Amino acid sequence: METKYNDILFKEKLVSLFNEHRRKIGFNDTGQMSALRDNAFETFEKTGFPHTKIEDWRNTNLKNVFAHNYNVLFEAQADKPDIEKIFQCNIHNFDTHIIALYNGWYLSEDKHLITLPNGTIIGSLAQAVKEYPELVEKHYNKYADINENGLIALNTAFAQDGIFIYVPDGVETYKTIQIVNILDRDDKLFIQNKNLIIVGKNAKLTFLHCDDSYNYNRSFTNTVTEVFIDEGAVVDHYKLQNLNDSSALINTTYFHLEKESKLTSNAITLNGGLIRNKSNVILAGKKGKANIYGLYLVDKEQHIDNRVFVDHAESDCDSDELFKGIADDNATAVFNGHILVRKDSQKTNASQTNRNIQLTDKATVFSKPFLEIYADDVKCSHGATVGQLDEEALFYIKSRGIGEYDAKLLLLYAFAAKVINKISVEALRENIDDLVKKRLRGELAICDMCVLQCKTQEKTYEFEIDLSKI
Amino acid sequence: MKEEEQNNILDEVTQSDYKYGFVTDIEMETAAKGLNEDIIRYISMKKNEPEFLLEYRLRAYRKWLTMKEPDWAHLKIPPIDYQDIIYYAAPKEKKELSSLDEVDPELLETFNKLGISLEEQKRLSGVAVDAVFDSVSVKTTFSETLEKQGIIFCSFSEAVQNHPELVKKYMGSVVPYGDNYFAALNSAVFSDGSFCYIPKGVKCPVELSTYFRINTAGTGQFERTLLIADEGSYVSYMEGCTAPQRDENQLHAAVVEIVALKDAEVKYSTVQNWYPGDKDGKGGIYNFVTKRGMCKGSHSKISWTQVETGSAITWKYPGCILLGDNSVGEFYSVAVTNNHQQADTGSKMIHIGKNTKSTIISKGISAGFSNNSYRGLVKISKRAENSRNYSQCDSLLLGDKCGAHTFPYINTANSSSIVEHEATTSKISEDQLFYCQQRGIDTENAIGLIVNGYAKEVLKQLPMEFAVEAQKLLSVSLEGSVG
Repeated sequence: METKYNDILFKEKLVSLFNEHRRKIGFNDTGQMSALRDNAFETFEKTGFPHTKIEDWRNTNLKNVFAHNYNVLFEAQADKPDIEKIFQCNIHNFDTHIIALYNGWYLSEDKHLITLPNGTIIGSLAQAVKEYPELVEKHYNKYADINENGLIALNTAFAQDGIFIYVPDGVETYKTIQIVNILDRDDKLFIQNKNLIIVGKNAKLTFLHCDDSYNYNRSFTNTVTEVFIDEGAVVDHYKLQNLNDSSALINTTYFHLEKESKLTSNAITLNGGLIRNKSNVILAGKKGKANIYGLYLVDKEQHIDNRVFVDHAESDCDSDELFKGIADDNATAVFNGHILVRKDSQKTNASQTNRNIQLTDKATVFSKPFLEIYADDVKCSHGATVGQLDEEALFYIKSRGIGEYDAKLLLLYAFAAKVINKISVEALRENIDDLVKKRLRGELAICDMCVLQCKTQEKTYEFEIDLSKI
Repeated sequence: MKEEEQNNILDEVTQSDYKYGFVTDIEMETAAKGLNEDIIRYISMKKNEPEFLLEYRLRAYRKWLTMKEPDWAHLKIPPIDYQDIIYYAAPKEKKELSSLDEVDPELLETFNKLGISLEEQKRLSGVAVDAVFDSVSVKTTFSETLEKQGIIFCSFSEAVQNHPELVKKYMGSVVPYGDNYFAALNSAVFSDGSFCYIPKGVKCPVELSTYFRINTAGTGQFERTLLIADEGSYVSYMEGCTAPQRDENQLHAAVVEIVALKDAEVKYSTVQNWYPGDKDGKGGIYNFVTKRGMCKGSHSKISWTQVETGSAITWKYPGCILLGDNSVGEFYSVAVTNNHQQADTGSKMIHIGKNTKSTIISKGISAGFSNNSYRGLVKISKRAENSRNYSQCDSLLLGDKCGAHTFPYINTANSSSIVEHEATTSKISEDQLFYCQQRGIDTENAIGLIVNGYAKEVLKQLPMEFAVEAQKLLSVSLEGSVG
């Protein structure tokens, strides 16, 4: 019989694993990184895992996540997945550079970094440490905070590989870079990646980050991503999450925005057991602009926790948040927005909106839009609602001869469309639009992977919603 | 507007001194400093309390020993030495008074300075005043009029003596002694307070009012108010506070409990003006209050209205537990912080019954170096079908050294309820100021006009008799900018 695991046992296991594999974990490290690793490990030993007594985690209980015995891989696996499978990822009409992490390790035939004709470098972070140690060191862990919580410290101590993207000054990458996280193992896996994305002055980058499951196995992923956006750069970031119901994903992203840069981040959560997306956005230069959007559709026993922290550290910056979600069955949806306007960050414009539809009495919605303001010449607003479908709208549609089921779908879709329409890449928008519709109809299985158009049969419906009329 | 002019006004705002600072010399009987079971027994003995109350106090004290001071609020609270507080102080002379003439003339003078003339109030406004001077009630007016209706309105100590069954039944039913650190402290050492019982079907003909004053340096005040509105009754209750100027921080940890039975309605209005400390943030009252109402029966209603201008630190979350079906909870608040004041205040609405409705309107105004936070919770339980909440909390910033924060918590577990929350934070718009000035209104009056308009939604909820006082206090807090 399997031993019942808990956070204490899991922590003990990780501590002994770290000590045992310390050399292997850090074989690639520069001196600075190695010191950081030890420091982070010490912090983790002290703080342990986050728990519900901590304000930031009061609505997300990891107890069930820790109740399993996970394996940790300290080196890339020898076996390779079906490459074909990954290249099916191509979205129709959507030409992307695909890079993949396979069970937490960068996947490629040779380990080399790819340098695009325009100078953009894409590849494995572990490899980048070897080839461009100075560039990596300059930004590595400069934005993440190991003291934020135990999991960040743990990630910093353990992370060996991840994605590295570097866009040189003035370069615009027209092709979207697509990062695919593939989990395909028969055992329960605990994965910790660290991604580093550096966007140079006046450069432009669009990247799509997909988290997918390929089977029903339990997994626990703890990812930290750092994105540095230099002066005048523009970054479009998309997150597409479609994981199985027994997976747990803790996703923490740090965006650092320099002067006059612009970030648009859009997180679409279609499915997943327990997902916590935390975005930390620092507007560190004047006239920065950050748009953080999210859409979450949860049902069954699923749990989604979206957290956004926007730090207006400089004046004349704008930020806009819009999170919409639908909670069905016994699902839990959490939103926690925090806008901090520091002293002297005048002429700040910040808004925060969270809208939820709660479909059943067993679902739970927690919303906490939070403003912390120390400057006076600001325009800040926030709004949060929890409600249901509009009875009158429903009646109106039904009175036009559309059945209840379809009428509801139509309204739910219209509710979600506001976030979907914010996606600026057309092919991606259409694709996500399609996925959301499928998801709402309950036809999105995990084998019907988000961007993988594998073996899905076109089904015909008796009534297809004509979306052009919305 | 000329920047210099604006600065002048803001300077005035931030430099106005506390007007109601004076100390009345009345002989006080005080207990020794410190807190232990003996002191609690001493308080209980002094007040000639029944056994159950002493037991209650001791249970609360033992619970309090196991608790920790809350640290989650957005406040910087200097460490409080609970052993350095005098937990009991009472005016020495306490004989039965038959008319106002017998009241200590110096005490009457104090009230006159505050603008509360007992005679005037008695004669003109028809308000019954239960004046609490430090910890013991001195004089209750209008009790005869109220008695005719069967209304009990007296000091808490009197209620303990005369109506122990009511006290026993309802005390701690809304705020249990273990509710939080300060409620536990209050339950252990409460000195006195007000008690009010409105019998079935009675509509209280006058607005009940209590004025609190903190006197005697170093005395913590631990008021306890219990308000019971029986089936179908109505009462409007007012509480106002001003405190003399002191350099030593004073702790005020009160508990207010309201019980509204079936079809009852309670309107609770507060104007709070504890001494906020001088303009360097020295001194001032710590106001850590637990206020809660329980809509126990169906169709009951509890409405809180507060105007907060005082206290160095405010920690206060008047709330409603909407237990009865179709019950209604309301919260209207204006909180002004200036100089180095800190306020963490808001409301809790717990929806348990079906078709329950709640409204929260909160207006925060921060000036000087102050921090003003709204913290609210709206919780809709599974059972609370068709419940509705609307919250609006706005913040106005005057000056660039102050802070305004909003922490709303929304928890829903029901698919037929609707919760809405919205908030804005801004400063007085240049356009509005310009518009007023264009029409010949000077800057000072224009700011006053705008701030008044901003707070109007809440001020209009106050009973007529109180509205004047509230505006007075607003203008003391924002002297120079409110007309």
